[in-house]
Amino acid sequence: MSTHHPSHRQPALVGWVVLGGAAGTAVRLAAEAQLPRPADLPLPTLLVNLAGALVLGALLEGLARRGADAGRRRGVRLLVGTGFCGGLTTYSTLAVEVDLLLAGRPLAGVGYALVTVLLGLAAAAAGVAAAAAWSRSTGARP
Amino acid sequence: MSAVVVLLTVLAGGLGAGARFVVDGALRARWRTSLPVATTVINTTGSLGLGLLVGLALAHASPGAEAAQVVLGTGFLGGYTTFSTASVEVVALLREGRRGAAGLHAATMLGGSALAAAAGLAVGTALG
Repeated sequence: MSTHHPSHRQPALVGWVVLGGAAGTAVRLAAEAQLPRPADLPLPTLLVNLAGALVLGALLEGLARRGADAGRRRGVRLLVGTGFCGGLTTYSTLAVEVDLLLAGRPLAGVGYALVTVLLGLAAAAAGVAAAAAWSRSTGARP
Repeated sequence: MSAVVVLLTVLAGGLGAGARFVVDGALRARWRTSLPVATTVINTTGSLGLGLLVGLALAHASPGAEAAQVVLGTGFLGGYTTFSTASVEVVALLREGRRGAAGLHAATMLGGSALAAAAGLAVGTALG
């Protein structure tokens, strides 16, 4: 594989991201169609965003603890992290949902925005902590 | 939703993710900033686009407009924008002890994306 070009200009690497992104989008689409919206609140978007933040935090920490970002580790990061987690989660839908809620129910709009961002941080941090604990217990280098 | 729309939406989501990877890499190569602004640029521009699509669909309801909103909005722009990277970046800044930068990054991401989406909704509704 050529290493002369930065990774975003290598077609094979972009291909891993496209593949993972399509899979993540499929799961998000299924969640938006199947999960309930209690009190007309966008629970499906909240759940896919939190799940993606948790998985990405764990993935990046776990990979970083296993060694340099190259070869198979980089492929997994691009397929599962940049691709799948990026396709599963969405900031544009979050932003539009916040605006639509703000127009009719300002408190719900502000609450949805803040709960999403704060729980997203907690989920990403929990993923990082879980991967760190798992790496220590299996003796991977710190 | 028809099977064709589902398939096109999934494909568009993959292409959106690929576009994010390319734009992110290009922005990072050009701007050496201490804050990960590439993700902010991606999420605010994607939010502007989705606001525009939703505004158009709200003002001009038709099956075609709805399908376009799902494929381009839920698919492409959903795959293009990312919440997971935004969250992990803020956690990384916090772990470096840069609490102010973390707060600024989270606030500009949320505020910028919500404002951009609102601008898109207003323009889309006016055009529709």
